Amino acid sequence: MATIKLDNIKKSFGKTDVIHGVDIDIEDGEFIVIVGPSGCGKSTLLRMVAGLETVTSGEILIDGVQVNGVEPMDRDIAMVFQNYALYPHMSVEENMAYGLKIAKTPKAEITERVAEAARMLQLEPYLKRKPRELSGGQRQRVAMGRAIVRKPKVFLFDEPLSNLDAKLRVQMRLEIKELQSRLGITALYVTHDQVEAMTLADRMVVMNAGEADQIGAPLEVYSNPQTEFVAGFIGSPATNFLDASTIPNAPASAARIGIRPEHITLAPAGQGRLSGEVIFTEALGAETLVHLRLSGGTETFTIRQDGALPLPAPGDAVAVDWEDDAMMAFSEGGRRV
Amino acid sequence: MEKRVTFKGWLLPMCLLMPQIIITAVFFFYPAGQAIYQSLFIPDPFGLSMQWVGLGNFEYLLGDSYYRASFVTTAVFSILVTVTSMGFALYLAVLADRLIKGSGIYRTLLIWPYAVAPAVAGVLWLFMFNTRVGVVSWYLGLLGYDWNHVLNEAEAMGLVVVASSWGRVSYNFLFFLAGLQAIPKSVIEAAAIDGARFWTRFRTIVFPLLSPTTFFLLVVNIVYAFFETFGVIHTITSGGPQQATTILVYKVFSDGFVSQDLGSSAAQSVILLVIVGALTIVQFKFIERRVHY
Ligand SMILES: Nc1ncnc2c1ncn2[C@@H]1O[C@H](COP(=O)(O)OP(=O)(O)OP(=O)(O)O)[C@@H](O)[C@H]1O
Ligand SMILES: [Mg+2]
Repeated sequence: MATIKLDNIKKSFGKTDVIHGVDIDIEDGEFIVIVGPSGCGKSTLLRMVAGLETVTSGEILIDGVQVNGVEPMDRDIAMVFQNYALYPHMSVEENMAYGLKIAKTPKAEITERVAEAARMLQLEPYLKRKPRELSGGQRQRVAMGRAIVRKPKVFLFDEPLSNLDAKLRVQMRLEIKELQSRLGITALYVTHDQVEAMTLADRMVVMNAGEADQIGAPLEVYSNPQTEFVAGFIGSPATNFLDASTIPNAPASAARIGIRPEHITLAPAGQGRLSGEVIFTEALGAETLVHLRLSGGTETFTIRQDGALPLPAPGDAVAVDWEDDAMMAFSEGGRRV
Repeated sequence: MEKRVTFKGWLLPMCLLMPQIIITAVFFFYPAGQAIYQSLFIPDPFGLSMQWVGLGNFEYLLGDSYYRASFVTTAVFSILVTVTSMGFALYLAVLADRLIKGSGIYRTLLIWPYAVAPAVAGVLWLFMFNTRVGVVSWYLGLLGYDWNHVLNEAEAMGLVVVASSWGRVSYNFLFFLAGLQAIPKSVIEAAAIDGARFWTRFRTIVFPLLSPTTFFLLVVNIVYAFFETFGVIHTITSGGPQQATTILVYKVFSDGFVSQDLGSSAAQSVILLVIVGALTIVQFKFIERRVHY
């Protein structure tokens, strides 16, 4: 259990700047998810917290102690890697016991803690097997087990679920969340999957090209994105963006307006704020996605409506309408205004 | 499924295989057959007639204390060469693996000695350790150490071991480096996060994961020390002083071509043939089983 503070962290690989100054304050026991598109620097940030990557400038503090120069083994952290990184020549049991053995934990305690973790993760039948004799989901559990037996101050996860199938991913997501809150260990979790981020996070950090665009509770980030990037990245289907000039009575200072698909309603042709033509529809059962092309524009515009509402046909001329406060206004530079 | 090229008929495949078959037959099967045949006879001193002795040559060898001593010499020599060249190569490979910049240059430089023929390597080392004009022996002399591998048996053994190991370090280095680089980086990082420092990581993760490479090299280096070091020994010590560096393969040469005892020499070749056969079987057994962790 620990607090973590990142203070203006920067990272360059040679001449390429990858992280441009990130500040995050993580409270004891908090579950923080770092989310962002591929290549934005999530893993790099996590690896700096782990001590696997040097910090170019700025400070990392764990429990108030600066750890920039501290080796990974002295940080009291545990990490779950995307490819699990299990020790291929050791059994499941030995994999989990490895860290404890190195810490010279008494034998009896090692056995007890490994048994406890194995029970928690339903790994008991596999303790004697080698990693290559396990399925992907079981390997993932072993990697989790290896992290939890050590009772570290901090858990670090680097896309631990991305190699699993959709169903297992949902199941493991719940298990990770449940485990973390039961153990109360501060966790830092990296993913590019926004659903994972929304469901796991106490607070999430949305990263964009080496910057933390927004830090906040998932629903707060969703309903009140601070940048155009965040508005576009969080939420599926993605937010619709329009030039403010094309929209009647848009806020004066805005360059672009974002409106979430679920905040838009279809109106009969001739009414509403803007008119357009239906291109195609996707009926998903509980909800329907209607894709439009607005008159005078070329981009598509997506509406998400209740599955019970009548379905327009492709080619229909329709109008769209929304409430005033559904409009998220962004400046030329992409900041919220 | 592997893709296989199939040929119709016999002629083309036979033609394609012929060169290799002929080379093997002329340079391996024929001399091996000759050796087995000759090992059963004792020729007269002028090579005009041969007398059948059955297994007499072998019986004589087993009772010969010089031959048994040569076995011990060979064992000591191969263990020293294998351990020295592999140990040093592993050390260099671990260092090169940690390098981020300039590893290409190190690798190239470290590979060069491998291209030097054993006899030439022998001469190089001989010059350096020459009792009268060698650089190394001169410096040793300054330090008050009187180097003389021509008279001192241990020094002679040391010198042939060093000269034989030198070129092998390159070869072993290449395999060790490839082996090290095949270990996923994240596994090493996971161990670091689990609290293992460099030496612990090496002992508990890296070395075990390297064991297939190590085993392979062990066999290959023993075979090398047994058979391919002839040139080094011939140029540096010619098997002396006394019999101190006469390994089995050198004894085949000196008994056969120097002492003209062809029957005994042939019998010794047959024994070596059996040894190399056994080593090859060990190696193939291993390659079949591949990685065993
Ligand atoms: N060792 C390195 N040397 C040079 N550049 C690197 C190195 N590691 C990462 N980078 C660069 O830093 C950027 C961020 O990489 P990082 O691995 O942190 O991305 P990520 O957000 O984790 O992406 P993903 O979701 O694909 O894993 C990338 O542009 C990458 O090319
Ligand atoms: Mg990554």
